[in-house]
Order: sequence, then C-alpha cells, then structure tokens
Amino acid sequence: MNPDKSTLTFEQDPLAIAYPESREFWVAAEMGNLLLKTCDECGRAHWYPRTLCPLCGSERTQWKVGSGTGTIYAFSRSRRMDPPCTLAYVTLSEGPMLMTHIVDARAEDLKIGQAVSVQFRPTAEGRAMPFFSTV
Amino acid sequence: MSTQKHAHVAGIFEHPTRFAPDKSVPQLHAECAVGALRDAGLSLSDVDGYFCAGDAPGGGPLWMADYLNLKVRWLDGTEAGGCSYLAHIQHAAVAIAAGRCSIALITLAGKPRSSGMATGTMPQTAGSDRPEAPWTSTYRWSIAGIYGMCAQRHMHQYGTTLEQMAWVKVSASHHAQYNTRALLRKLLTIDDVMDSPVISDPIRRLDCCVITDGGGALVLTTPEIARSLSRPFVRVIGAGQTIYTNDGGYCDLTRTGAERSGAAAFREAGIMPSDIDYASIYDNFTIAVIMQLEDLGFCEKGRGGAFVADGNLISGVGKLPWNTDGGGLCNNHPMNRGGITKAIEAVRQLRGEAHPAVQVKNCRLALASGPGLVTGGGHAHASVIFERN
Ligand SMILES: [Zn+2]
Repeated sequence: MNPDKSTLTFEQDPLAIAYPESREFWVAAEMGNLLLKTCDECGRAHWYPRTLCPLCGSERTQWKVGSGTGTIYAFSRSRRMDPPCTLAYVTLSEGPMLMTHIVDARAEDLKIGQAVSVQFRPTAEGRAMPFFSTV
Repeated sequence: MSTQKHAHVAGIFEHPTRFAPDKSVPQLHAECAVGALRDAGLSLSDVDGYFCAGDAPGGGPLWMADYLNLKVRWLDGTEAGGCSYLAHIQHAAVAIAAGRCSIALITLAGKPRSSGMATGTMPQTAGSDRPEAPWTSTYRWSIAGIYGMCAQRHMHQYGTTLEQMAWVKVSASHHAQYNTRALLRKLLTIDDVMDSPVISDPIRRLDCCVITDGGGALVLTTPEIARSLSRPFVRVIGAGQTIYTNDGGYCDLTRTGAERSGAAAFREAGIMPSDIDYASIYDNFTIAVIMQLEDLGFCEKGRGGAFVADGNLISGVGKLPWNTDGGGLCNNHPMNRGGITKAIEAVRQLRGEAHPAVQVKNCRLALASGPGLVTGGGHAHASVIFERN
C-alpha cells in the first residue's frame, strides 16, 4: 500500500477491490470514459452497474461506452458539508439516473433539466469517479 | 396468512428520556421492554417472541434476548431502518396468527443525541459493504441532501411551496406544545420555519426532525390473552411492507413505498383512507409527510402541499389529525428511527390516552406509516392499521 495518496490508484481502493467485476469501469474511468452496464436481452442501460440486469433479470449484460451526457434531475447544495458540495441526480442520455456532484457551477445558477456532461476526477481512495459540469 | 383480527396490542412504552449520556443502549432497550410489559400487565418471563432491528446491540435479536434472558420460540431481526418496527408488527401479527408465538416483544433504543451524531447532515459512510457504495460514497451524500432533492423535485413537478412544507412543522409544533417530554415544545409560526437557516437546499433547519436519545417498545398478543388483561382492545387489522428500490436508475424521487405498503394495509383492513380517524406518518423531513400523504391516498398525487396547508393536520382543527405527540419533527426521534413512536401514538389515540388537548374524539381507526433507510435513491416502507374494539 502506497502511503502517498497522490499516487493511489483504484488497484489500492478497498471498494474497487471488493467489486472485482467492476474493474473494467475503473480502468475506463482513468481514461475519461463512462461505461454503462447494458442488457443484451432488454437493451436498456441501468445504474448502478450490476452483473444482472435489474430491469429484466437477465445475466447477459455488458459494459458499453456511454455518451457521458445527460440532464440534471435534481440537485441540493449541501451547505453543512466541509467543503460544501452540490449533490445531484443526473439523468443520463442512455436513460438511467446516477448520483453525482455538479462541479464548476454555482448552485443558484443551476436548473432542473439543464444539460451536463461528465468529467472524471480522482477521489481520495484512488478511484476516478464521474462528476458533471454544465455545457 | 392474514394478520387480521389475531394480533392485539397489549402494551406500549415510549422512553421518557431525550438525552441519556449516563445509560447504555442495552439498558435503554431493557427499560423499554419492561415498560411495555408493565403497561400490558405482563413480565419478561411471559415473552415468547422477540423482534428488533439494526439498532439492537450486536445488530440482531440474540444479544438483547440474552441480556433480557428471554425464553423465546420466535426471533426476528429484520433491519429496515426507521420503519423496521412497523414491519415487526406485521411479522409479529403473522407469527401470532400462525401460533408461532403468543406474546411478542418489539424494542428500539439508541443515543444519537448524547453521542453528538449530526444525523442528517453528515456524509453517510456507514454501510460500505452495501452494493451501491462504490457508486455513491464518493459523493458525501447526506440524508438531508437526498430529501432536499426530493423536495426540489416535488416543487418542480407539482408546484409545492416552501410555505406548504412549513405547515407540516407548524402542525407538529401545535401538538408538541402539550407534550411535556417533547424536545421542541415551542409553538412555531410559518415565518419561524421559513426564516430558519438552509441545511441542504431547499430544506431548512426546521424542516428537519429532532435528534434524540431514547427508545420504545410494543407488546402484541393473541385475542385470548388480550381479553385476560386489563388494557383497552386495540388490534392490528391491516399491514403492508415493501422496498421502493432505485429501480435500476429509473426511480421517481417524488414517490414513496407508501404506495405499496399503504395499499396493502388498506386492502387487508378493508377500509379506505377516508375512514382513518388518526394518522401517524413518519416525519423525518416535512416533505416526507407530503409525499406519503399522497401515496397513502389521503389526497391526489401532487396535492399533498395543499392538503397540509392551513392546519389540516392539526387535531381539532383540520380533517386529518396527525402525529399528535409532536412527531419526529418536534417530540422524539429515538436512534433516528421513527417507526415505533408512530405506532405508540396511534395506540394512545385509540385507547383515549393521548393528551386531552389533542385526543381525537371516538378514535376507532388509526394508521401508522413510514419509510426506512435510503438505498441508492429508494427506501423501505411499512404501514399498519389499528382498530379499537
Ligand atoms: Zn434487461
């Protein structure tokens, strides 16, 4: 385990280690690609990623590169967090909605339905995770 | 198997403390257990079924059963967050109807207040073993943040206003002023709520429930044993439980599991929402009450804001007397879990034991309903309907 956080990668992250079936996601995230689990049976994408499709129960799911675009479903400025953050649900262009933060915008300037796009940022644990900014 | 007519509520107890730095969690559970059994006219040696949730020491029913030295033949440790105890009522009713136990004890206790827990505003880090954790823990989400988004979305879709949300807190405070044990007894105005600082947009401090130490307990039993005791007859006539999942990323933040748990309870009881004389509805946040009133069928979806306005939830004033103990918003929210106090106040109302200033006249049918935990955007939900005979 490398004690220097700046050089941590998802390989050291306990949550990435606990979900080996999600490895492909973290690898793609390092390169700025948002992968979505998509179902071969019903054709729909879901979130959070699972090995079976929660929409039809099929085990035939595969990772597909998503567009990384979507719209704001809801957001809330968490003023008591240190530092404060803008928690949000974003509805992806592929259909499902995910929890994220809206970054690079003041909460008072945001609106439900506004278009956003993904940008990956490193987390303290070592994983790169999807954050969204307005387009 | 139907729960109908079999399970009677023999004993109830709400711990009087709201701050208990000098007591352990097992001690609080034990005091609640003994309190509810004393109310029923029973003792620990009579208990043959024990039910508790994740707040119990050890996380399951074994440790408190050992502490209390229970000789049980039925154990249930179902963890569904704050509504666990409403689900336990249904489980106990089914077990009693099936002859698996005859005196069921349900306990809840905890001390978030004395341990300085910032329940609603701290990042939720607990449960890193939950399957959604890799996809949510990074975002430092809080309970207030989630309900903030529910409120924002409800306002966006249905035109619900901050003032309508404030009415829920004001209504609770109208009841809490009579409850000497309520943590927040001050009679609040709409302006008090509107002017309180924003915690997580658009939720303000006074849209949130209180944080308290304490607990509660219930004792359920058979009709035969209930007849041998000296307490008023209150029986379970309908119950329902569910999980409102995140639906693979397609859930609607303005809806709750009350749609299903409430419908199941009303169907089993054979009554309509308009038949309910008194309702306990879990009030961790003001918006939660509005959403559940709609989903339980007390008004049309999206009309909850209008329903709660102008004191419609205030006993003696409005059409639906609600949370007459002051609820989680003003009275008590032991261990951040409001299910058991909802059932306790419903039973008080049916027994005629509520505070005279808030007691509903001829209260015959009461509902206790609420959500539990947040799971990837969804939550658990349970509802129980009681009838006085
Ligand atoms: Zn599918």
